[in-house]
Amino acid sequence: MPEIPKEEFILKCTSACAGCSASLSLRYVLKAAGPDTVLVVPACCTSVIQGIYPNTAMNVPVYNVAFATAAASASGMSSAFRALGKKTNVIVYAGDGGTLDIGIQALSGAFERGTDFLYICYDNEAYGNTGMQRSGGTPLGAKTTTTPAGKTDVKKDIDAIIAAHEPPYQATACAAYPQDLFKKVQKALSIRGPTFIHVLAPCPPGWRYSTEKSVEIGKLAVKSGIWVLYEREYGNLTITAPSKAAIKKPVPLEDYLAPQGRFKGIDPKTLGILKQRVAKNLQRLAQEEAGVC
Amino acid sequence: MLTVATGNKAVALAVKQAKPVVIAAYPITPQTEIVEQIAEYVSSGELPARYIAVESEHSAMAACIGASVTGVRTFTATSSHGLLYMHEMTNWAAGARLPIVMANVNRALGPGWNIWAEHTDAMQERDTGWLQVYVASVQEAYDATLMAFRIAEDNDILLPVMINLDGFLLSHIMQPLDAVEPNDFIPPLHLPHAIDTKNPAGYGTLTGPEDYFKFRWDIERSMRDSMKVIAATEDEFSRRFGRTYGFTEDYLCEDADVIVVSMGTLGREAEVAVDHLRNEGVKAGSMRLRWFRPFPDLDLRGREVVVIDRDYSFGFGGVLAKSIQAKNRIDVFSVIAGLGGQEVTYDDIAGFVKNRRMGTEFWFGVTGNV
Ligand code: SF4
Repeated sequence: MPEIPKEEFILKCTSACAGCSASLSLRYVLKAAGPDTVLVVPACCTSVIQGIYPNTAMNVPVYNVAFATAAASASGMSSAFRALGKKTNVIVYAGDGGTLDIGIQALSGAFERGTDFLYICYDNEAYGNTGMQRSGGTPLGAKTTTTPAGKTDVKKDIDAIIAAHEPPYQATACAAYPQDLFKKVQKALSIRGPTFIHVLAPCPPGWRYSTEKSVEIGKLAVKSGIWVLYEREYGNLTITAPSKAAIKKPVPLEDYLAPQGRFKGIDPKTLGILKQRVAKNLQRLAQEEAGVC
Repeated sequence: MLTVATGNKAVALAVKQAKPVVIAAYPITPQTEIVEQIAEYVSSGELPARYIAVESEHSAMAACIGASVTGVRTFTATSSHGLLYMHEMTNWAAGARLPIVMANVNRALGPGWNIWAEHTDAMQERDTGWLQVYVASVQEAYDATLMAFRIAEDNDILLPVMINLDGFLLSHIMQPLDAVEPNDFIPPLHLPHAIDTKNPAGYGTLTGPEDYFKFRWDIERSMRDSMKVIAATEDEFSRRFGRTYGFTEDYLCEDADVIVVSMGTLGREAEVAVDHLRNEGVKAGSMRLRWFRPFPDLDLRGREVVVIDRDYSFGFGGVLAKSIQAKNRIDVFSVIAGLGGQEVTYDDIAGFVKNRRMGTEFWFGVTGNV
């Protein structure tokens, strides 16, 4: 068990929704990073939960930037800090919209250039900040305000896109496993160059479940295998313990979908495709870990 | 040091001498030579800076913003569609009060694709909070670039500055260049709001109706103050290096009955036109506007005024002409000429003056108009 510092970098009274696991994740990210850290935040829930000028709920400098530019802004910032001989952590904390959709060009550029920073995408699988419209991260079948009948396209595989850039470190995490996230952030920050952590962040209003269930839903995502925890260090994949168990014996996907209003009334065909994709993904990652590619 | 250079090379040399720490840029015709030359300086070690080869102009300005807020000097260059692609972030740079310096090589906008000189690209940035200077010679491009850092970084200003030079007509023209040793003319940058992890603060946080306008007013106040800072900087430049500029470059204006107002290289052409007109007995003068933001008060009282715009605001008019009309409450003869690199000679300009009809607009080269 890692020693998690008591120091808090998110102060009381943020304007996050009750049960927001994106904020929970950020709490552990900052505990892992420590005070010599600058957070770069594009338009997303996190740009709102800090509160309104002249107050801020964050106890590290937070640089809020335009939606599409988080990675590019961080790239400039990291270059400047390194030129000044500073080791300051530059961490992007961006939602799925700012990462998978509008921000992907800058993200790709920053990874290609070998920017020394950590990019964290907290993925609540929709545009939460503007009231739950679909994003590239929204899974097949999920209802959002712009996919009222359920999304007909599959979730964009940003991890495979990042992997194609061959960064020294990339990982997945989930807000329901904060210690795992803590360790992964520490590891990412110990490595020079661009690193990426994709965090699944269950979101009560967006996913339409009651606020106390965030951790439970996050655990079900991992146990059902729809979300797989792993690290890829210099190209070598290691599946993290809870997901190892899920590969051996996943819980039924229905257990994960049922408590969420966004999947209510999902048709059997879509459910079938979703299940197939989950199984295929688990198999693909298990094979990659075993070196059978 | 006396040499010859293109406008682009002159800008790059001034940038090297100003020693920025981060340059983030994307190439675009006709700006390319600036960023290539800077990349060369960086790779040869002549300029000990970080050159970030970004994937777009939007990212170029974003990277400059990210770097600048740490308190280091930054530079980028662009043109035309690159500038428009950056537009969201040019607003951000000014709003965040970051003294980024940028060269914009003025070029027309598509479609149709046109890589030649026009000022409409920069005009679309006029409400962003950037200071804008327009230059007319290689020497001036160089001098203005050095001064831009000084002005942008003045603690009473802290706003970005854009140096505008006409595509090809200046960017690619070779002229003599007298390079100076700026030494302490550009002091180290002190950014009062630089990020400091020992003193954490929120930057660009949500700002409600009761505060937002105060930040806007602050930009305007600095714009007004920039008049004094520009004048003082140009004074000091002139004392140290012997070259004098101003908000306008006036040529035979004192006794003129009619004054041609223009910007950029057209201003040089207008001076030749004035010589010819004087030979023919027309008492003409030329006033070349250098600083478009902040917009100076022009002394045009009691004269007829011909304004040449190498730009246009559709459904409204030439931006320079309308600005002068509004600010000076005078009628002008508004000539739209030189769009997309359209050739405009001193003869043409002399013709505009001779055929002027105050209070009307004239599109050069378009038949059956006005
Ligand atoms: S919408 Fe979701 S992610 Fe956004 S603050 Fe609320 S719970 Fe958190």
